[in-house]
Amino acid sequence: MSAAPADVIDFLAGIEPGSFLSAIRDRRAQARENAQKSYLALFEPEVPGDVTALERYAVAAFVAGLHRQPAVSEFYAARLRDHDDAGIAQVIPSEVSRAATEGPYGRYPEGPLTVEDVDGPDYRVSPASEAVLGRRLSAAFEHAHLLVFHPRDASPAALQKLLDAGWSATDIVTLSQLVSFLAFQIRVVAGLRALAATSSHRASALETVFTGVLASGHV
Amino acid sequence: MSQTTLAHPDNREPVAFTQEELGWLPWLEPFPADQLTERHWAGLVDASRAKSPYFLLLARDPDILQARTKTDKDIFYNTSNGLPRAERELAAAATSRSNGCIFCASVHARFASQYSKRKEDVQRLLDEGVEADIDDRWNAIVNASAALTATPPAFGEAHIQELRAAGLDELEIVDVINGAAFFNWANRLMLSLGEPTPPARTNS
Repeated sequence: MSAAPADVIDFLAGIEPGSFLSAIRDRRAQARENAQKSYLALFEPEVPGDVTALERYAVAAFVAGLHRQPAVSEFYAARLRDHDDAGIAQVIPSEVSRAATEGPYGRYPEGPLTVEDVDGPDYRVSPASEAVLGRRLSAAFEHAHLLVFHPRDASPAALQKLLDAGWSATDIVTLSQLVSFLAFQIRVVAGLRALAATSSHRASALETVFTGVLASGHV
Repeated sequence: MSQTTLAHPDNREPVAFTQEELGWLPWLEPFPADQLTERHWAGLVDASRAKSPYFLLLARDPDILQARTKTDKDIFYNTSNGLPRAERELAAAATSRSNGCIFCASVHARFASQYSKRKEDVQRLLDEGVEADIDDRWNAIVNASAALTATPPAFGEAHIQELRAAGLDELEIVDVINGAAFFNWANRLMLSLGEPTPPARTNS
């Protein structure tokens, strides 16, 4: 398997070293470094616990697919294929397609916000895919869909389904962090890609950054 | 060991967005405070967080908690340059309003008010939602945060132009992107691992 890119967000957003967006990201060096450490903690953990690499990449490939960002989807799909000895990668496209919708939707506790309740689907893995994924991973996909599209519908009952499918409390924390981190990473990538695509002000931005770098003495 | 979720039958969940101080109860057993190892303390980053059931629950996987916390702190607290803290908190509050995280919105609306001294404008975001018409600059930040919060993300050139027109430079735009993106992480954990509790009724 190929090593992870030195900076996964740069890799996914197409940011080159020395570019103006790279210089801007350096102004938040701790955030940049720890976004990468977050990726490593989730996908190449020093203490793996009971969530397997295959499970981590399978959920990531599914979650990335739901966000419809092609570069991100392909990145996690490729990493899943590197770990996949169970034919799981083959069921991802059909499950992504069955699960696709738009968020955020969901219900509020009954009261004045009830008028803002928005209905949406409760996703279940198809029986054919569950035969490949198994109940444990199918439960993870169903929970990931809840977190991605309608997190305000979360409930103890949703966590109980994970517990019943063999996820411990610690496994659930890891799974929740993984899905939620991807919600972050994918949005940073989408935001930076959009910013890179707008060319006006680029020259003046570069000048601002360069002046700032000089002023900070980091040359 | 068979595991079950934690139930809080006596809790009356807040039913509206508020700037008051809410509490939070976990649906899974937090890591036992008396069994924290060095790795867990490193994950908590600030020792005071060992008093929080939310952070103790997340401490079950300490390495990702540590990296997450350090990402959070730089995005929001590194104000030596870039977007003012008040407007980073506004992005966090708008994201939380959009996802429907009453707890997260309460914390970050309060911070937005504290740093901006514009409590009533912040309250309009909570009361009217991300469609609230506040002023050009805050509208641009709220609109961008809400667009980035949609799944799939709906953030694009129009939002960037609106932010630029409101006077934000490239670094400040990245601060909005980071703040909104980070709360898409935080909201999902806070919403799915426990429930908010009403403000303590302390009238002094």
